Amino acid sequence: MDRKILHFLSYLGLILSPVLAHAVTPHEQLAAYAKAAGVPANPAAGQQFFTEKHGKDWSCATCHSVNPAATGKHATTGKAITALAPAGDATRFTDVAKTEKWFKRNCNDVLGRECSASEKANLLAWLVTVK
Amino acid sequence: MTHATGKFNMKSSNKRLAIPWIGALTLACSAWIGAASADSNGAPPPAAYLQECGSCHAPFGAKMLPVASWRAVMSSLDKHFGSDASMDAPTTKALTQWLVANPSRKVTTRPPEDRITKSTYFARKHSEISAAVWARPAVKSQVNCTACHTRAAEGSYSEREIVIPK
Repeated sequence: MDRKILHFLSYLGLILSPVLAHAVTPHEQLAAYAKAAGVPANPAAGQQFFTEKHGKDWSCATCHSVNPAATGKHATTGKAITALAPAGDATRFTDVAKTEKWFKRNCNDVLGRECSASEKANLLAWLVTVK
Repeated sequence: MTHATGKFNMKSSNKRLAIPWIGALTLACSAWIGAASADSNGAPPPAAYLQECGSCHAPFGAKMLPVASWRAVMSSLDKHFGSDASMDAPTTKALTQWLVANPSRKVTTRPPEDRITKSTYFARKHSEISAAVWARPAVKSQVNCTACHTRAAEGSYSEREIVIPK
């Protein structure tokens, strides 16, 4: 009987997990990154981080455009990329797993390493202010 | 009563005859549709493929590369043509399985760097496209599939869907 309940709960978890993953706002993700960093987020530092190169060919702005509320363009393939700032695409930073997946990929492309919690917090603090 | 039973039996035997026929017809139809789409288009991609691979480039057809190329590409996603395209392990495994189950039947040798655009298949399929067409602002790059293949974003490359921009 206990096993049955456990099974039921694990299935329920499986069914609900995508729903729970989506139940997050950009501000909630920002708060989580700032908490992990242990320092308040700095939007100005986030903008600088986004615009500058970090020792490799691309900056964030290379693909996401200098104005992250506008549509971007992939530097190699030319494929259109929807706006990164929540003001331009309301689905941005509403799914923790998706956010983490893209931070991992793109930080590797731009910095050659993963980004720190502080860098993510700063960037997101700036992105939520972009209109 | 006997009459009624007889009628019932007849109906029932008709049904027994009809079911295999319907089954066979359905199978034949689905095989025909399957063959038609496989010839022109390849297997329709899973949703995760469109999402994961289609974020940065058009979701290329599984039949555009041989098995060995797909295995090489899918096992080095962290270094994917100059970009980190890594996915979580279950997704990588599932998409690899789909790709290697639907590979090219025409290309068996790996193209240079496992690039679709460097395969002889790609060259043959695009032999009628002049350099001037490739250079058009709306096309520009050989990886810009959606410029002419109007349903490439859905993983569909049927010849009927081609519209070459001016």
